[in-house]
Amino acid sequence: MASLSPERLDALAEHANDVRQGIIRSLLAAGSGHSGGSLDMADVFTAMYFELLRHDPKNPDWPERDRLLLSCGHIAPVRYSAMAYAGYFPVEELLTLRQFGTRLQGHPERVSLPGLETTSGPLGEGLAQGTGMALGAKMDGADWRVYVVTSDGEHQCGLHWEAMMTAAKFSLDNLTCIVDRNFIQIDGSTEDVMPLEPLADKYRAFNWEVFECDGNDIGAFIETVERAKAVKGKPQVIIAHTLMGKGVSYMEGDYLWHGKPPKPEEAETALRELHAARELIGANRG
Amino acid sequence: MASASLSNAAAAAMHLIDYADPAAVKQVPTRNGFGEGLVEAGRRDENVIAICADLSESTRMEAFKKAFPSRYIEIGVAEQMLVAMASGLAATGKIPFIASYAMFNPGRSWEQVRTTMALNEMDVKIAGAHAGVSVGPDGATHQAVEDIAIMRVIPKMTVIVPCDSVQTKQATLAVAARFGPTYLRFARAESAVITTDATPFEVGRAQTFRDGSDVAIVACGILVYNALVAADRLAREDGIECRVVNNHTIKPMDEAAVVAAARDCGAVVTVEEHQVHGGMGSRVAEILAAQHPVPIEFIGVQDRFGQSGNPQELVEEYKMGVSAIYDAAKRALRRKQSRT
Repeated sequence: MASLSPERLDALAEHANDVRQGIIRSLLAAGSGHSGGSLDMADVFTAMYFELLRHDPKNPDWPERDRLLLSCGHIAPVRYSAMAYAGYFPVEELLTLRQFGTRLQGHPERVSLPGLETTSGPLGEGLAQGTGMALGAKMDGADWRVYVVTSDGEHQCGLHWEAMMTAAKFSLDNLTCIVDRNFIQIDGSTEDVMPLEPLADKYRAFNWEVFECDGNDIGAFIETVERAKAVKGKPQVIIAHTLMGKGVSYMEGDYLWHGKPPKPEEAETALRELHAARELIGANRG
Repeated sequence: MASASLSNAAAAAMHLIDYADPAAVKQVPTRNGFGEGLVEAGRRDENVIAICADLSESTRMEAFKKAFPSRYIEIGVAEQMLVAMASGLAATGKIPFIASYAMFNPGRSWEQVRTTMALNEMDVKIAGAHAGVSVGPDGATHQAVEDIAIMRVIPKMTVIVPCDSVQTKQATLAVAARFGPTYLRFARAESAVITTDATPFEVGRAQTFRDGSDVAIVACGILVYNALVAADRLAREDGIECRVVNNHTIKPMDEAAVVAAARDCGAVVTVEEHQVHGGMGSRVAEILAAQHPVPIEFIGVQDRFGQSGNPQELVEEYKMGVSAIYDAAKRALRRKQSRT
């Protein structure tokens, strides 16, 4: 496959920067919500909505669209922000996050906001639903794909492994699972709370094709997805290594930022850092 | 006495068989009606699919599997997967029926039912087989007597407990043709067939199987037959005329029929093969407490677990047999009379 041009990568980096700013602003307005995972998946969601997905923001129910499921619904702010910047709804609506009457529920509700594919939040359920969708596509001979974004922590749920077995049984090569591998969950390190390693080997043992990449490198992630899409006869997993809180210095790598929003002065600092980073995007290319 | 049942205008209007004549009553498990209904639903709509968690024979999905092999999905012993995957398939336009024992489906998968089916508004039909103590020898682990409660409490769910195999077939066809997350409950044991193909069936519309104005017996599932037999005995031995209502749709319940029964009769007995806490009778009590309070007696499992045994002896042990219903109706009548 052709690799992305530097100009295209810069444009994607700017989109990811927008998405991160949208996350910070919406979480500040909400006064609650999950900062860390939302920020670390900004590059993945930017890659999805601005490069990889077959979709139409003006026609979210388009039958031939690819399905992007967010299993770990608590990082809804990143999805909402990416969707807003991709044109699904006005960016200003991000400021209604988690408020009474909003379409942007604290955890995503399909019936509330077009384009969400599922209602999620209770962990471990996304891959199961994605498996059903991918099998449905196969039964109909449709060529759209299913992507399921999962947290690493939710790999502790038994249902996720039921889905892994099932997807392999039905050779669902139209199904790609993306793991936000930041090693962090609410109570601390995943490896302390309930070890997941060797995670890649476990997927291989379940007859999945395994890829790993830097989930905060948009270009690398896009190339990895392209390689995954070429796999025949097996579902694929991309273990995307990410840094919790990516893009905001004081949140990076700190599990305490899993489940809380920035205070006003913290949000100001975060937005200042993001503005500065945005200024550097063009400079990197030069 | 003359045939108590067929002299009854309500039974005639409902095209019931002559249930007072033992020779006329066939014994067929309600699950058989599900199996037949599912194949017919599959013929009528190619979007109907079946997913099973390793129990295709005993849930009676086997006939569908033979008729439509490409629309039958076997996922093994994984009941949470059964629900969540079905929701994903429903999102692609399929109408999945998912089957296991009620104890596991929806017993094990309640949160997946709530989130991925109901809150997510997916058109999945749960077929809960082997409900009630009449499962028999398998014992308490396999006897779901809490399933109506945990399903009826979920918004947007439809909950149906047909009274016999013919009605289970009708209900299966009805829910296949009607959008919405649904729980259809049926049983393992052979039970009396009292309805016919001519008996009308409509989701959410209770049926009066027997006329009467002394006590209303509001029943669901295979115990409707016991209610009818008890009502005939009350008429024959005591001159007490009971209305018997087949209250097959637990949600949305036919509130008008329940209130009318209470208003016309002044006392109610509810009958179900389920815990009295939280089941069909509890819903009847909620409706009547708000709209037309009358004395109510509750026939059902009284906050106990089941156990091994044959179906008939278990129904008797848990006080759901004909004589228990007979006694409850007389208690209800005494309470009604003591109020005036």
